[in-house]
Amino acid sequence: MPKIPGQGLVKGLGVTFKTMLKPAVTVQYPKEREEPTPRARGVIALKEENCTACMLCARECPDWCIYIEGHKEKRPPRREGGKPRTVNALDRFDIDYALCMYCGICVEVCPFDALFWSPEFEYSEVRIADLLHDKEKLGEWMEGVPEPQALEAGAVKKK
Amino acid sequence: MLAFELTFWWSTLLKTVVVLSIIPAAAVVLGYVFLLKMMAHMQSRLGPMEPGGYHGWFQLIGDGIKFIQKEDIIPAEADRRVFAIAPVVVLVSTFLLYIVLPAGPDLVVQDLDVGIFYALAVSSLSVIGILMAGWASANKYSLLGSLRAAGQLIAYELPLVLAVVGVVIQAGTMSLQGIVHAQADGEIFGIGIIGNPYILTQALGFVIFVAASQAELSQTPFDMPVAESELVAGYMTEYSGFRFLFFFMAEFGTAFALSAIAATLYLGGWSVPFIEGDLANVVGPIALGAKIMLVAFLIFWMRFTFPRFREDQLQAFAWKILIPLSLANIVATGVLKVAF
Repeated sequence: MPKIPGQGLVKGLGVTFKTMLKPAVTVQYPKEREEPTPRARGVIALKEENCTACMLCARECPDWCIYIEGHKEKRPPRREGGKPRTVNALDRFDIDYALCMYCGICVEVCPFDALFWSPEFEYSEVRIADLLHDKEKLGEWMEGVPEPQALEAGAVKKK
Repeated sequence: MLAFELTFWWSTLLKTVVVLSIIPAAAVVLGYVFLLKMMAHMQSRLGPMEPGGYHGWFQLIGDGIKFIQKEDIIPAEADRRVFAIAPVVVLVSTFLLYIVLPAGPDLVVQDLDVGIFYALAVSSLSVIGILMAGWASANKYSLLGSLRAAGQLIAYELPLVLAVVGVVIQAGTMSLQGIVHAQADGEIFGIGIIGNPYILTQALGFVIFVAASQAELSQTPFDMPVAESELVAGYMTEYSGFRFLFFFMAEFGTAFALSAIAATLYLGGWSVPFIEGDLANVVGPIALGAKIMLVAFLIFWMRFTFPRFREDQLQAFAWKILIPLSLANIVATGVLKVAF
């Protein structure tokens, strides 16, 4: 097709006109609510039984918004007559969402699958101090975490 | 004719009130329908939805109330008196435009014989107000913006006037009422049912007029004088509160008035086929309003679609394209007028 001068201008007018006739993509949030995609990065959830208080997440956090306290505990030995095991018990695991920048490095570095992304996003607070979520609150977020993706066919599952 | 006669000062008062109230009303209607809503939907947004309960219709009125409440800030270095008068000068030029706009056979403030000439003359008064605003603000952005505005408005005044000349030649009168009647009674190729709206014969003139009036309003793509990304807001940088509101109302009031002039010159104004006499006084304003909205839609559609011209492109477009085209249009119209 030969180029007509002003062709692009008309095309541009067509784009805006067509967009005008289509329904808008925005929704009136508090009245209507869009479901975020299942793996949206809304909030970080903590699966407490997996956490070993290894502090990797707290150390990698660029904002230093993760606070972990723990203590060592003696557990009975695995085998009869063995030495009692020493394990880390978690006392405190807080994420300060007033500081968090949602980079997800903590979720990436966690070697024990204790941190997950959850698509929940409605946890704004009037007081900034209330954005400090303790480990019970972080545990509640686990509800919205989707199941991990199925392994590929033939993959070996680690014990 | 009207069924009743008003004394001179009553009719003058009535006309003044109508003209004074039509500018804020026009600004609110155009601002809401096009600036807030149409632009939003062209960008796949909803625009204001809350104020007033129904689709945010109260938004601009609320904004106006907010502007009136604001402190009247005048910069320390500003030329106070000139700074204060400038928005009024701009707004007055808009008010004066409405005097000659006919909305029906009898609904016109004053039908001047040189109507369209007068309208184009007072519309360029706003340049003075803009220069005053820019100069008095004691701000480099304002000064640059106002000088750009002056250069642009003068450059685009020419194609605007020259485009109108074609209509004037064809109608044989400069009175806006006369032009409306010439269109209503005219015929094209012997068919006179819909009269002869001059958009059929002056299509080129219409395009030039709309493009030039867009530049007169300094709207995108011709918004170099108020380019917010480089000049903050041009000559409006230092203005706040109700003085800014004046500029805003003047911009949209002028948009309404220029759309009305375009509708009158090219789309037949208030005239509707088969409606005459007193009925035309009732239907006229509605028909004119619909035609104004159509022209305004074109102007704002282009405003929300095209990006900004560079300063040299902007001048080149006026001097190298629009003015030669409009001169050719005049020559063609003149030759055809004599030939037929």
